[in-house]
Amino acid sequence: MVSAVFHSPLAVTEPVEASARVLTNTTAAAFIATPVPVARQPFDWRGLWLAVLPPVIGLGLLVGLWALVSITTASSIPSPIETFKQAVVIFSDPFYRKGPNDQGVGWNILMSLERVALGFGLAAAVGIPAGFMIGRFEFLSRMFNPLISLLRPVSPLAWLPIGLLVFKGANPAAIWTIFICSIWPMIINTAVGVQRVPQDYMNVARVLNLSEWKIVTKILFPAVLPYMLTGVRLAVGTAWLVIVAAEMLTGGVGIGFWVWDEWNNLNVKNIIIAIFVIGLVGLVLEYVLIKVATAFTFEEVKN
Amino acid sequence: MSDNLTTRYIEIQGVEQTFKTKKGPFCALRNVNLTVAKGEFVALIGHSGCGKSTLLNLIAGLTMPTNGSLICANREIAGPGPDRAVVFQNHSLLPWLTCFENVYLAVERVFGAANKSTGTTAESKAQLKARTDAALAMVGLTTAAQKRPGEISGGMKQRVGIARALCMEPKVLLLDEPFGALDALTRAKLQDELLAIVAATQSTVVMVTHDVDEAVLLSDKIVMMTNGPSATIGEVLSVELERPRNRVELAESTQYLHYRKAVIDFLYTRQAHVEKQAA
Repeated sequence: MVSAVFHSPLAVTEPVEASARVLTNTTAAAFIATPVPVARQPFDWRGLWLAVLPPVIGLGLLVGLWALVSITTASSIPSPIETFKQAVVIFSDPFYRKGPNDQGVGWNILMSLERVALGFGLAAAVGIPAGFMIGRFEFLSRMFNPLISLLRPVSPLAWLPIGLLVFKGANPAAIWTIFICSIWPMIINTAVGVQRVPQDYMNVARVLNLSEWKIVTKILFPAVLPYMLTGVRLAVGTAWLVIVAAEMLTGGVGIGFWVWDEWNNLNVKNIIIAIFVIGLVGLVLEYVLIKVATAFTFEEVKN
Repeated sequence: MSDNLTTRYIEIQGVEQTFKTKKGPFCALRNVNLTVAKGEFVALIGHSGCGKSTLLNLIAGLTMPTNGSLICANREIAGPGPDRAVVFQNHSLLPWLTCFENVYLAVERVFGAANKSTGTTAESKAQLKARTDAALAMVGLTTAAQKRPGEISGGMKQRVGIARALCMEPKVLLLDEPFGALDALTRAKLQDELLAIVAATQSTVVMVTHDVDEAVLLSDKIVMMTNGPSATIGEVLSVELERPRNRVELAESTQYLHYRKAVIDFLYTRQAHVEKQAA
């Protein structure tokens, strides 16, 4: 512990003595903790090499395979270069509007993201409190577990017709589908998180006789947060997968519809561009959520 | 009545504890009878699995006995409460709160609201903060107040745990192997600190330990438990060493060695550990 905190040669060679000194004399601790000037390290070329080269080779492999397929299918699959040229054209004006079914790729992505945000937000608003209740009360857990087990494996798209019937519109039906697919990971992860709050913390709450409000805000919520954020991450990932399929079926403006529309136009280049765009947006969502999750996870919980 | 309260502050009568397990009921404790006087320091000692912690949890009210009764200050123990503060074996600090906040949580609970039964009124924020600072100062952690538990050493964490328990001004202080996870030097230092604090606060203390020296050094009474299952109190040894006690002087005292020998004799001759039976 001590050697992990104080990176000075003194503390490393005499850990026990140093710890005793830290406990007795804080001024001594401050002295030990004074940073020792470190000689400037030579630039780490090898690390850079390892960080850059393998991903570049991986991407190169993908593009190479793609070019190969393009050649063998006599350009019915467009080549990487043609697709890149088309992408430049598309992204030079992503926000044009030429009627309800002909809008720029930027609008399509934004519309899809809006649906995901709405469906996901509603699912979080319902799923997280529901997960808390299910995790906290054995009775509710036993009551809802069979329902969740039954409904969770159902493809969210199977709910689309129900959505169309009930909400009488393509857009709310798509949001409904996102809601259904994102609610399960949030309920389940939150409930598991609540059930796994260490008994020690609950014992502290019981000895202190804390009110239910204090238990929720000071113990349950911080302890469950990492689990909850995992649920959020899984939910957003699934939602982004499902929105493409849902929009293919519902139409309107959205990245899924765009893919289907370009297929009807036999514009394969745009489909390939859409695949990359969908992948990139998914990557960014995932990255942001992982960053948020690590910011709220305490070392002590991981140990 | 008052005499009763002084000599029989905690009274345990015919306590039995049975746990339901998959293999059927498991009897952890049977026929446990013990009285603890006000201001007395009692150590529970025995081999692992003998139900020391089970007994402590019963006094804390974290678990309820299958049979028998536990009384503290003339009241039946019906559940956990801040009048019986617990220092847990693994410190159990909340890792998302600073040391100050961990202690403040307890202070706020006990002194932050008016208490009708004792007639005290709610204290101001400044008073609560002063109490928290005082508790941290008592264990020598003023400088670490704004650190999170993950940033301090094991011994410091345990001291925050002790501060959290002491700040509530509990009637009884319950310690569950509080120094078990610490190195010998840190443990000795914290034992000395605990001796000083208990002498100053005149607390009633029940402490679980499996360290013979710790038991003899700290306690007025050592309760030695037989091996489980169906463990019970085998023998109670009164330690009549003068206070304040000094570990260096005691190391040569024949009286100290006599008590030490008595405990070791009980643990290793009469209750030689039978791991397989207990498991």
